[in-house]
Amino acid sequence: MQKIGVFVCWCGSNIAATVDVEAVSQALAQEPGVVFSTNYQYMCSQTGQDLIRDKIKEYGLTGVVVCSCSPRMHENTFRKTCEKAGLNPYMVEIANIREQCSWIHKDKAEATEKAIILGRAAIAKVQLNAPLQAGTSPVKKRALVIGGGIAGIQTALDIADAGFQVDIVEKKPTIGGKMTQIDKTFPTLDCAACILTPKMVDCAQNENIHIYAYSEVEAVKGFVGNFKVTIRKKARFVDTTKCTGCGLCTEKCPQKKVPNEFNLGLDNRRAIYIPFAQAVPKVATIDPDYCNMLKNGKCGVCAKVCGANAIDYKQQDELIEEEYGAIVAATGFNPIDLSKFNEFGYSQSPDVVSSLEFERLMNAAGPTGGTLLRPSDGKHPHTIVFVQCVGSRCDGGEKGKPYCSKICCMYTAKHAMLCREKYPDTDVYVFYIDVRTPGKNFDEFYRRAVEEYGVHYIKGMVGKVVPENGKLKVQASDLLDNRQLHIDADMVVLAAAIEPDKSARPLATMLTASMDTNDFFTEAHPKLRPVESPTAGIFLSGACQGPKDIPETVAQAGAAASKVIGLLSKDHLLCNPCTAQPDEMMCNGCSSCEKVCPYGAITYIDKEFRGPNRTTLLRRVAQVNPAVCQGCGACTVACMSGAMDLKGFSNRQIMAEVDAICK
Amino acid sequence: MQRVKEKAIELLRSGEVSRVLGWKTGEFFYDLTPAVFESVEEVEKGFVFSLFSGANLSKYLIAESKKEGKIAVFLKPCDSFSFVQLQKEHRIKRENIYAVGIQCDGMCDGESLRSAGCEGMTGVEDGESLTVHTLYGDQVIEKKEALLGKCQTCKSKRIVDFDELIGQQGEDVPSDRFAEVAKLEAMTPEERFAFWRTELSRCIRCNACRNVCPACSCEKCVFDNPVSGVQNKAVADSFEENMFHIIRAFHVTARCTDCGECSRVCPQNIPLHLLNRKFIKDINELYGDYQAGADFDSRPPLMDFRMDDPEPSVIYTRGGAAK
Repeated sequence: MQKIGVFVCWCGSNIAATVDVEAVSQALAQEPGVVFSTNYQYMCSQTGQDLIRDKIKEYGLTGVVVCSCSPRMHENTFRKTCEKAGLNPYMVEIANIREQCSWIHKDKAEATEKAIILGRAAIAKVQLNAPLQAGTSPVKKRALVIGGGIAGIQTALDIADAGFQVDIVEKKPTIGGKMTQIDKTFPTLDCAACILTPKMVDCAQNENIHIYAYSEVEAVKGFVGNFKVTIRKKARFVDTTKCTGCGLCTEKCPQKKVPNEFNLGLDNRRAIYIPFAQAVPKVATIDPDYCNMLKNGKCGVCAKVCGANAIDYKQQDELIEEEYGAIVAATGFNPIDLSKFNEFGYSQSPDVVSSLEFERLMNAAGPTGGTLLRPSDGKHPHTIVFVQCVGSRCDGGEKGKPYCSKICCMYTAKHAMLCREKYPDTDVYVFYIDVRTPGKNFDEFYRRAVEEYGVHYIKGMVGKVVPENGKLKVQASDLLDNRQLHIDADMVVLAAAIEPDKSARPLATMLTASMDTNDFFTEAHPKLRPVESPTAGIFLSGACQGPKDIPETVAQAGAAASKVIGLLSKDHLLCNPCTAQPDEMMCNGCSSCEKVCPYGAITYIDKEFRGPNRTTLLRRVAQVNPAVCQGCGACTVACMSGAMDLKGFSNRQIMAEVDAICK
Repeated sequence: MQRVKEKAIELLRSGEVSRVLGWKTGEFFYDLTPAVFESVEEVEKGFVFSLFSGANLSKYLIAESKKEGKIAVFLKPCDSFSFVQLQKEHRIKRENIYAVGIQCDGMCDGESLRSAGCEGMTGVEDGESLTVHTLYGDQVIEKKEALLGKCQTCKSKRIVDFDELIGQQGEDVPSDRFAEVAKLEAMTPEERFAFWRTELSRCIRCNACRNVCPACSCEKCVFDNPVSGVQNKAVADSFEENMFHIIRAFHVTARCTDCGECSRVCPQNIPLHLLNRKFIKDINELYGDYQAGADFDSRPPLMDFRMDDPEPSVIYTRGGAAK
């Protein structure tokens, strides 16, 4: 029989205000096996921990139940406390009476009853707990960064700086991400390319960094310290070791009508292309959807003009297997699809553009060479209307996003300011819900746009944009003056909401990392562990975790890198001792567990067993490699005979908890 | 029909196999029962293959195929699905088995004949329709009326795996086997609950369904295993008792080939196959058509993971969630 001690925490008033902690500790004292039960203001405090330690010694406790906050918060604390008192740390169970009880209930009687039930379940479980010992597993000292935008670049540079090998996987032909498409950066108005391209070059030159550009992650296996990743290096049809990036092929290619994604389709490129001048790696890529040679075997011009003999029309996708100790998700964002926003005429008129398209129209490397011209007729626009929050802060509707995209207020102020500076003869209107400028020098920047540059900021939303006789009729309301406005604009710029890149969702599934309903990666803790995923060994960098601007992204990238460095600097990690264990006598040998194991921890052997009458039976039974098993429990659910069990979470323990709850 | 018995004799005589798994007569000519024959004499004396050889022999191979020497088994199309499923689960030793596929036009049921009004039956003649000999003279019955429940909704005439074939290889046939499930789905949750409570209230826990089920082949069933902790729950009250069937249906989900043996053997005539069929229908709808035992390569949807698998929230859109 276990001798169990119960320790009920008040958590100040967090628990005690809603749960009658005295009643809980008294009720739980009556449970079988409980020899001591008490409550205390802060169980996690030194005094609280000392209390637990003393009572373990005084009563010779063999099991401890702490009724407190989520085990995510303090399970480790209490395990260590008990270990110091000579008790196996896995003889501790936490009953979560805060997040799952006091915080979600208002009625004290109800909450108290529930807290008692949760405590009772933990006691029932600890009755069946067995001491467990953790083993260790080695750490592969190499990191993978998925996404080669500014977030991925900064993370990789920082990890490489610490002396660790790091690979960047980027799905586009070049690293650089969204920042390469941006013209100037707020609030300093320095040129995005000028500050980004040195970092891109650093990546290429750093001997600790390997860039897999035009590649995607195909599969992820393993666990923290020991991930096995399959990377698909897509066929460029160009030998990257030979290509010098001279660009002759991109001039001679006869297929001239390929929408140029770098300029968001505002101009065309060739079927063989280098996205932009500072691309890293600077090698050409053939677009198989447009290349005549690849499509119908007729052409071959690029191969003829290539002095380096780098063109290879027969190139195939290549699968690369690599091992990593840590993985950083830095998959970034995209502006949302605006075609659904008919009221703003985005699909009806080429002069209604998104803000990112506007960046390209202002950029010296863009389709207009940096002169702001209307896409429809190439004329200089005189009246420009900016609409903020297009698709952001939409509640309910299917078109938009419920969240604030965070960067739009600032880049719109930037656009408006740049327009007025370069073309003082333009009238610039900005329609906003509120202007949000919480950042260093942000509000000053916005004030300058209004006060120095004379941008017309109007509180109110644009109701409708109608293309008419080469103009865009903008109907809007001014909420402060309470009047309707009709503006004949030459251009309308929509500050589109941003959303996570579409590749994030399948990636999250591969990484078993969790996501929120908007497909942003979720953090292990929103405040205290903002750059870690709840999945061990997976870290988050940049806008894949939530909308953010460049300085914030860079800060988070560095933080993620420091977490990775902390992990990779260890030689061994303590394994989770809660691993699966088959009961060979009950195993059917059906292979169900082997099929569902995400870690490849289960194998089968033919093993001899004693049969009746001194016979020997040869039976196929499951074996678990505890060094590889991560204790996810998939096998225990798949096993129909109940032969597979998870140490620390056995079927019996879970049934005992359920029984205790339903009693 | 005679060819099957001849084949059994031939296989034993030639020494190709040392045992034959087939059917023998029980108390009456219509209650055939699975049996192992070890000699030509035993076959000549007791082996029967008739319109009443409905029993699926696959499951017996779990034990029989592990014994010394080769065993011959006769498999109707539906039995062959179980045979393949058991191979996929490594439950039988294929190399010790000589499988003879038999084409089948549906098997009959003594109970059905009796409920069709035949008393004191002494024999049946197959034909366009069945001629039933009784103590009180002959009676003619439409074959459709005499078919086993599982044969009325036959899904396939294809014999998935065999070493030798008697009769023609067939194909999957159109079946309205989900019509009954659809009826259950059309009920309100309360009606459905009442339906199953009534049906399952007749259960006497004889375990016949479990023992006959080819998918229920655990070394030790959770219901017999004191460590599992469910053993004594089942006897606690009638609702827990009813849960036996629900748990059993869950355990065989995506592995059940819909062979219909559970309902065939139930002495209380509980339509147990409907539970399994509901799962099969759900799996088909959620994960795409899947037939357990139809091939060697596919993975049961619940043992597999794909990117386009439905999210758990699908129950909300399907209206399955509690209101």
